[in-house]
Amino acid sequence: MYTDKVMEHFTNPRNLGDVDNPDGIGQVGNPTCGDIMRISIKVEDGRIADVKFRTLGCAAAIATSSITTEMAVGRTLDEALHLTRAQVAAELGGLPPSKMHCSNLAAAGLHAAIKDYVEKNGLNLDLSGMETEEDAHGNGEAPEG
Amino acid sequence: MNRTVYMDHSATTAVRAEAVEAMLPWFGEEYGNASSVHGFGRRAHEALERARATIASRLGARPAEIVFTSGGTESDNLAIQGIAAAAGKGHIVTSAIEHPAVLTTCSVLEKRGFDVTRLPVDDTGLVRPADLEQALRPDTILVSIMAANSEVGTIQPVAELAALADAAGVPFHTDAVQAVGKIPVDVDEWGVDLLSLSAHKFYGPKGVGALYVRAGTRLRALQHGGHHEQKRRAGTENVPGAVGMATALDLICAEMPAEATRLRHLRDRLQQGLLDNVDHSSLNGHPTQRLPHLLNLTCENAEGESILLSLDACGIAVSTGSACSSGSLEPSHVLLAMGIPAEMAHGSVRFSLGRANTAEDVEYVIQKLPPIVERLRSMSPLTITS
Repeated sequence: MYTDKVMEHFTNPRNLGDVDNPDGIGQVGNPTCGDIMRISIKVEDGRIADVKFRTLGCAAAIATSSITTEMAVGRTLDEALHLTRAQVAAELGGLPPSKMHCSNLAAAGLHAAIKDYVEKNGLNLDLSGMETEEDAHGNGEAPEG
Repeated sequence: MNRTVYMDHSATTAVRAEAVEAMLPWFGEEYGNASSVHGFGRRAHEALERARATIASRLGARPAEIVFTSGGTESDNLAIQGIAAAAGKGHIVTSAIEHPAVLTTCSVLEKRGFDVTRLPVDDTGLVRPADLEQALRPDTILVSIMAANSEVGTIQPVAELAALADAAGVPFHTDAVQAVGKIPVDVDEWGVDLLSLSAHKFYGPKGVGALYVRAGTRLRALQHGGHHEQKRRAGTENVPGAVGMATALDLICAEMPAEATRLRHLRDRLQQGLLDNVDHSSLNGHPTQRLPHLLNLTCENAEGESILLSLDACGIAVSTGSACSSGSLEPSHVLLAMGIPAEMAHGSVRFSLGRANTAEDVEYVIQKLPPIVERLRSMSPLTITS
């Protein structure tokens, strides 16, 4: 059901842990839905200099978190804000349909961390275009099978 | 160096060699249609009826009360929809922890105008007989409560529940798919009117099962065609499947007292070993009134599918009640009905032991699971506070 790349990131997650003295932290998901992710970032010169994650969840949740950190590092804040769930899933070679939403929150976690950084520092950055956790849940197909 | 340890026997089992051997002639040289009048047909018919008699005798039933089906799901559908169709309207009582074959069938009937009551269970997974007594109504047409639960193994007080239904003149169906071959099953001792079983759960082939229907029970066929199975289930009979099922049932019932004791010892050692070595782990299900081969544990702050896949990488096959295994976004309806919070249900793992498992397998799992849970917890943003 999972691609080799998902299993590889699940088995050997990249950037696991917490950034020291983070500039922004985003936590998304909840224990009820089973997946919780925390993304911490370090920002230098308007770019993501370092990013780490902690995730409680299924293999898809762990793999999407891991690859999101790889995709985010080095990006400008604006670029990182436009990283989408679909791009994350595509980078992993696809995800099963039931995993496209609640287990694929890492982009939303990254956005929440950037928002935290922007708000803490009183910066002026247009946050309107970014995907949020609510988008992920709201777009879920009906679970009834 | 990796072992292969299959501990998912509640999902399915390997067909045992004796069953394969018994089936083989009925695929090849003896391919007759059991409804045919010629010698090919007569021999197939005799084999089918011998299988029926064996199964009936192992359940304490009469051969004419056994209807062959394609498996547990069809048996549950035939029992519930067949009773509903014969009654036309009315009220059905079931429990919140049934297999989807029962729960979904009841929901479909609900949409067609039947009333359905889903009895709650206590925190060990037991239906309270008093709840059933209260739920019964003058228009109740059926009570359907499983004999033993597939996820947590809790064994219901079937005889007591069936007696309550009987006193109200209501037929009682039990889905015994998980119970047959694990605990003694006798339709008269339990006092049930309908009972579902499935061959592949007890080392028989997939694609064959049976429904016991007590003589005199008003049941309408769902599948129409020829006069097979006393007009209760049209379609050319699966002779090899029936023969394999009967062989497997006969053997498992003969072995049961010794094998159940062996599995209980292995299971108890596994349970103790894991509870002792995985901090913040807890048992789901009834501590004693439970299938002897089954263990369901929650490991807090670790997710079931991640545990499953990590065990799989060590050659260990188990299942989980987390949302991720169900294809939906909800964790196990059984664990939720037992009052287990969703976050705990997501961390549940089911080990179901069987004939092939040994004491070495159990020790291997006890050795492998703790570091897996430890690793997943080290990745979690949460910490356990208690």
